[in-house]
Amino acid sequence: MTAMRRFLPGWLSSYATLYILFLYLPVIFLPIFSINTAATPKFPLSGITLHWYEDLPKTPALIDATWNSLLVGISASILSTVLGILAARSITRYRYPGRRTINGLIMAPLVLPEVIVAISMLLVMLQLGLSLSLFTVVLGHVLVCIPYSMTVLTSGFEGFDRSLEEASADLGESAFGTFRRVTLPMVAPAIISSLLVCFTISLDEFIIAFFLTGTEATLPIYIWGQLRFAAKLPGVLALGTLLLLASFVLMTIAEILRRRAARRTQNEGGLHA
Amino acid sequence: MTVAAEGSPPLRMAGARRNPLLQSEAVQGFALISPTFVYALILLVLPILVVIAHSFWTQNYLTIDHTFTLENYRIALTEPIYRDLLWRSLYISLTVSLLTVALAYPIAYFISFHGGRHKSLWLFLITIPFWTSYLLRVMSWKVILGYNGVLNSGLMGLGIISEPSDALLYNSTAVIITLTHAWATFAILPIFVSLEKVDRTLVEAATDLGDGPLRSFLRVTLPLSAPGVISAALIVMIPTVGDYVTPKLVGGKDGVMIANAIQAQFGKASNWPLGAALSVTTMIIVSLMAGATVLVIRALQRLAR
Amino acid sequence: MLERVQSERIQSERTMIEIRDVTRSYGSFKALDNASLAIREGEFFSLLGPSGCGKTTLLRMIAGFDTPTSGSIAVDGQPMDGIPANRRPTNMVFQSYAIFPHLNVEQNVAYGLKRLKLQGGEEKRRVEEALAQVSLTGLGKRRATELSGGQRQRVALARALVMRPKVLLLDEPLSALDKKLREQMQVELRRLQQAVGITFVLVTHDQYEALAMSDRIAVMFGGRIAQVASPKEIYQRPVNRQVADFLGGMNFVKAEIVEENGASLVLDTLGFGRVRTDKPKAFMRNGGAATLGIRPERLRVLWDNASAKFEVAGKVVERHYFGEITHLIVEIPGLEKPLSVTETNDFGADDIPVGAPIRLAYDPEALVAMAD
Repeated sequence: MTAMRRFLPGWLSSYATLYILFLYLPVIFLPIFSINTAATPKFPLSGITLHWYEDLPKTPALIDATWNSLLVGISASILSTVLGILAARSITRYRYPGRRTINGLIMAPLVLPEVIVAISMLLVMLQLGLSLSLFTVVLGHVLVCIPYSMTVLTSGFEGFDRSLEEASADLGESAFGTFRRVTLPMVAPAIISSLLVCFTISLDEFIIAFFLTGTEATLPIYIWGQLRFAAKLPGVLALGTLLLLASFVLMTIAEILRRRAARRTQNEGGLHA
Repeated sequence: MTVAAEGSPPLRMAGARRNPLLQSEAVQGFALISPTFVYALILLVLPILVVIAHSFWTQNYLTIDHTFTLENYRIALTEPIYRDLLWRSLYISLTVSLLTVALAYPIAYFISFHGGRHKSLWLFLITIPFWTSYLLRVMSWKVILGYNGVLNSGLMGLGIISEPSDALLYNSTAVIITLTHAWATFAILPIFVSLEKVDRTLVEAATDLGDGPLRSFLRVTLPLSAPGVISAALIVMIPTVGDYVTPKLVGGKDGVMIANAIQAQFGKASNWPLGAALSVTTMIIVSLMAGATVLVIRALQRLAR
Repeated sequence: MLERVQSERIQSERTMIEIRDVTRSYGSFKALDNASLAIREGEFFSLLGPSGCGKTTLLRMIAGFDTPTSGSIAVDGQPMDGIPANRRPTNMVFQSYAIFPHLNVEQNVAYGLKRLKLQGGEEKRRVEEALAQVSLTGLGKRRATELSGGQRQRVALARALVMRPKVLLLDEPLSALDKKLREQMQVELRRLQQAVGITFVLVTHDQYEALAMSDRIAVMFGGRIAQVASPKEIYQRPVNRQVADFLGGMNFVKAEIVEENGASLVLDTLGFGRVRTDKPKAFMRNGGAATLGIRPERLRVLWDNASAKFEVAGKVVERHYFGEITHLIVEIPGLEKPLSVTETNDFGADDIPVGAPIRLAYDPEALVAMAD
């Protein structure tokens, strides 16, 4: 039994390492084949080139899609973070009947099949006479981003010692002044983190954009269109690599900020510090 | 004295609803959440109601006949093509959730019990691939599993097979592999959270009472982490049943799932009511399956005493 | 505890805080029930009681974080109804200290001054002065997250004092500190209060803390104020068993009232016989029965052939050693419960064998009559 106890962590950690490899496997091949001279992704590489990357800025459709994605991503992240702030503040600060149900409803898009969420919204938008455009894509992205925004923000708001705001009032500060001088600086990292998370999700989101857009393509839709042509694969791989890199950088910053926000508020129990 | 007991009476008195102060607390809280709530009502609840309504109507070329009918449901449940697609989708999502949870559990356990100082680093490593585009990850699996793909060329290079196998891509196995990979993070996190909540002294108590590592795991740790296993299973099962991208890219003809049929009704086939009925049917059946899964896990949890 | 003599100096008879018939209810639960209290200018006043007795509720109502359901509160003659916390002449030291984690020590202390827009280095001067008062000179640039528990408490104090409030409210400020630091801070807080001369209102559940620091104490139970008096009077002349019990150990002996007049009581007891005691101010007769109390340290062991005017005899049944003192449990014929006796170990109380006969001397002054 003691032998097993010593053996288990070792076995588990090799399993964990293998599992991480499995998780990163597909992510690794995109950059590798994006610098391959041949169009077919297979080993061994026939040669190394940055040719596919150099071609990217020369594709007008891609430039358009990039702008569209940025526009949608920025709008969606701001809107969903604002809605997320309101909801997260309400959930963490107040107690009222129906609170859990409302929270459940707001978080629901996280566990519903995206296709069904997308076609439902499509139906309503058509019924309401909205013509499909980047605007409808933003509306859809906001819905699926809010749950993530909520998750990030509640972890930042939770444990926010209410006596900090009381202390501010006690020292003569008005309600607005307290918000500006205490609440906002304390939760700013969580808010920025939420903006980054939502932007990343919107940037990578395909299904909802696919159903809700009119003629304008976002980056994932552009990629989807290119996938039909085998010859265009390396270009898609290059673009995909850049997107991966962007997501990676944004998410790392978001995670660092989220932790900082959580640490700030959690420390403020004051009793253990 | 605890802070909660005296410092924040509104929390403590949550039961007494008649209190004017509490009421104002409730009003404030509700007012604050209402924009988000209304947004979810208009863009989630209302659309789902519209879909349910459509499922009882009929498509008449370009117009929709609003007379109540169950014909769409009859087609959805009896037409062999839709029945097969539904079965396959359910089979795939069940397999994927079982596989994902089974593969994820040891990882979550490892991080929670043996992660030590590096817990958050491990978690971060696991979340990162999830934050990259789903579409790109699926596409990458296509590159890996394809006829000329990485796996085939690798296996040939090692001399295990002499010519590329076409059995890797364009079937339901490819769909299952891809989905299992895609949802890994979603399964690890809830299990990890519930394992973190397991009081370590309980495991020590079990050992103290004579259980070996395996028995204390089976009788204490595993049953106590059941809530995490349940949410992991559900969080994977429900969305995967309606996955569209994966079957389309790596599923081929044998890997098509119900979402592809639903999309077709709203696209080329242009039969919204049938598409709506297929969506509603899928949601109901997957909910039943999810409910059954919860019951099974709970029953197993009770057996573990 | 060292400063009692000085404390008489500053106090005036002027009322600083007037609490009149204040009730605070949550639904049917009354956190505070018809409390009235006058706290004097320059006084160190403690609200003492167990958890849930309403002391924090009362403090928060003075600060403006809670509103009385009925009744009124006035500070320095000004009624506080409808005045929000940020416009009251009170400042608070929070139980969690509520140090702003995104600001450094200096910025924390200057937080409230910023709004006053002080001219020509006045703000900096006042911050320095406040930091010096709490012995934090030189730590102004330290980040809030880098402070120890004791330092956080000092920052919270400086941040409130720098506002020069008429009243400083302290919500269990020492409860988060370890025993040694707590005792040191008790002395310091008391000294600080003497130096600045501001009215301090302290909430605590620690009777020793209240006894050591306060000019006067209000003991509270279940939303009601049981007794308001000086530490000495509270300890020596508790109005009822509940107060006596909360303020440390006390032996209770059943008594029968034989005679009652303006200033004194004559009581018959088993064990102590007939005794005459002062009648407490608040004594309200309730039938013929009463309780007589005596603190364990007011019973002294009589050695060998020594005798005293007032003594009881019995047998030692238990002995507990506490280092500088020994706790004896002594059975007295006629008493239903044995007496607790605390004796210093200077004369060998720790060597008294269990089962030995023993005689105890007492001063009738130390006997307290309490209504049943």
